[in-house]
Amino acid sequence: MNTRAIFAIIRKDLKVVSQNKGVVLPIIIVPLVMFAILPWVLTRAPALVNIAGVSSGNVDGLIARMPAGLQGALSGLNINQQITVFFLVYMMAPFFLIIPLMVASTIAADSFAGEKERKTMEALLYTPTTDRELFIAKLLSGWLAAIAVALAGFALYVIMANAAAWSQMGHIFFPNAMWLVMIFWVVPALPGVGLGVMVLVSSRAQGFQDAYQLGSFVVLPVVFLVIMQTSGAIYFNVTLVFLLGLVIWLLDGLLIWLGSRSFRRGRLMGA
Amino acid sequence: MTAVITINQLTRHFKETVAVDQLSLEVHAGEIFGFLGHNGAGKTTTVRLLNGVIEPTSGSMRVLGLDPQVDGPKLRARTGVLTETPSMDERLTAWDNLSIYADLYGVPRLQVSGRITELLAEFDLADRAQEKVSGYSKGMKQRLALARALLHKPELLFLDEATSGLDPIAAHHVNDLIERLARREHHTVFMCTHNLVEAQKLCDRVAVLEHGRLVALGTPAELTRQYVRRLDVEIEVNEEQEEGALQVLRSLPRLAISEPVRTNGALTVTLAGHEAIPDVLEALVHQSVRVYRIAAQEANLEQVYFALHGEEESVQ
Repeated sequence: MNTRAIFAIIRKDLKVVSQNKGVVLPIIIVPLVMFAILPWVLTRAPALVNIAGVSSGNVDGLIARMPAGLQGALSGLNINQQITVFFLVYMMAPFFLIIPLMVASTIAADSFAGEKERKTMEALLYTPTTDRELFIAKLLSGWLAAIAVALAGFALYVIMANAAAWSQMGHIFFPNAMWLVMIFWVVPALPGVGLGVMVLVSSRAQGFQDAYQLGSFVVLPVVFLVIMQTSGAIYFNVTLVFLLGLVIWLLDGLLIWLGSRSFRRGRLMGA
Repeated sequence: MTAVITINQLTRHFKETVAVDQLSLEVHAGEIFGFLGHNGAGKTTTVRLLNGVIEPTSGSMRVLGLDPQVDGPKLRARTGVLTETPSMDERLTAWDNLSIYADLYGVPRLQVSGRITELLAEFDLADRAQEKVSGYSKGMKQRLALARALLHKPELLFLDEATSGLDPIAAHHVNDLIERLARREHHTVFMCTHNLVEAQKLCDRVAVLEHGRLVALGTPAELTRQYVRRLDVEIEVNEEQEEGALQVLRSLPRLAISEPVRTNGALTVTLAGHEAIPDVLEALVHQSVRVYRIAAQEANLEQVYFALHGEEESVQ
């Protein structure tokens, strides 16, 4: 395996992507809004609940309809703390999963379909790299960037969530064990889904926008998780998040296997 | 002569279309080999096949002693390809483009910086090395693409329409460079082009491709002798005998196949090939016409190409 060539392609892809405002701006703005601004808005939730005239009885009723595990996690907290923890820890968890998926899909769309559109792929195919090295390099550029953005976003969120909720919680309450499993087990797996889908979609797409639109359905399962969590149908705990990660890793394996089969020089050349 | 490329009955289909059809030829070490044909004749497909980028439908080939299908990566480390479109990463600088490809081609790390500096100077791009390629003119992009193809000092260089879209000065510069690479540095150059003047000037041998089939192969001189059956000649005779000379030429319709005309103090006429010259001269002398000069205009590849194209059209 020619690691020098692999890193050269990763360097090239990331440099090229970093020059594309259409790709970079959403990658910066979405995490900033979610992890720097949203915690401050969500920690105002108890005040908003009071303004809306919702009594503590109403909130207790809402929590009583939540899964038992979540009720246990919130027990021992006062009502303001319960609302803060409910939003910042549990409601935000599925939203967080959108970030690595979005970053990986965007970079992969630019790296696979965008390269075809810019007609820069042909020169790459004439280099001594093997199909496997090219495929690995293309996957890694999206994967590494997605994990880096997600980890940076997580670090920012840890600071912002604790800072924003300090007046209510009075101590560092975040992250909990569920989030740590999510960050170190689920987040590294998620880019694989976005990348795998984009590899398959890019072979049919004419360019970056085309691939991006075709591949955007990849976030639907995460939206589904958000709805399930919000409605109380599921509850993100350590076990569920671990199982979720396992399913995603298996899905990665399948998608990457399918992608590697379609990633052939001749096909990329349009033959 | 050592064969650098040996192609035997090479065929490539794209669904119903036959892009390359039973192609057989050899390219020798150190020569500039012209691969001529109109758009869609199969030139680019052949380059892709020879570099192991696509697979043939049938037939075999050896390039630098390797089978492109089996040893693609090894082979591509020894070839350089200038693609039809420069395909540079326009969001990157010239330096970044070359440095990334130096890594891809395995240029020794300690030599990368020196090699890039050398090539940028060679192609007159040193002053703009740190500018994004998007700001470059087409000629500059083409020169940069050529520099990229030469980064790893390939033994065999494929040039696909190297001067396409370049202004005459830039094209001249590129052609000089191709000549120097072959003549002084002994690279073998496989040059796809439909610029026949360029091929005539640069190529040691040429192959003409029509609809994927090889229709002619040889040196430009051999091909003109073989395929150009018309020859324009200028005949300068005693001014007072011009009318008599015209009558002689008109009396030889099988040899002088066009109506002779007076131009610049001489008579210009199209003859039916080189072999007609002695007979025409003899007829003029026989009629006591004093011939001061008879000059044949050199036939060129353009005439060969059109002659072949005409044959192809008539076959179809």
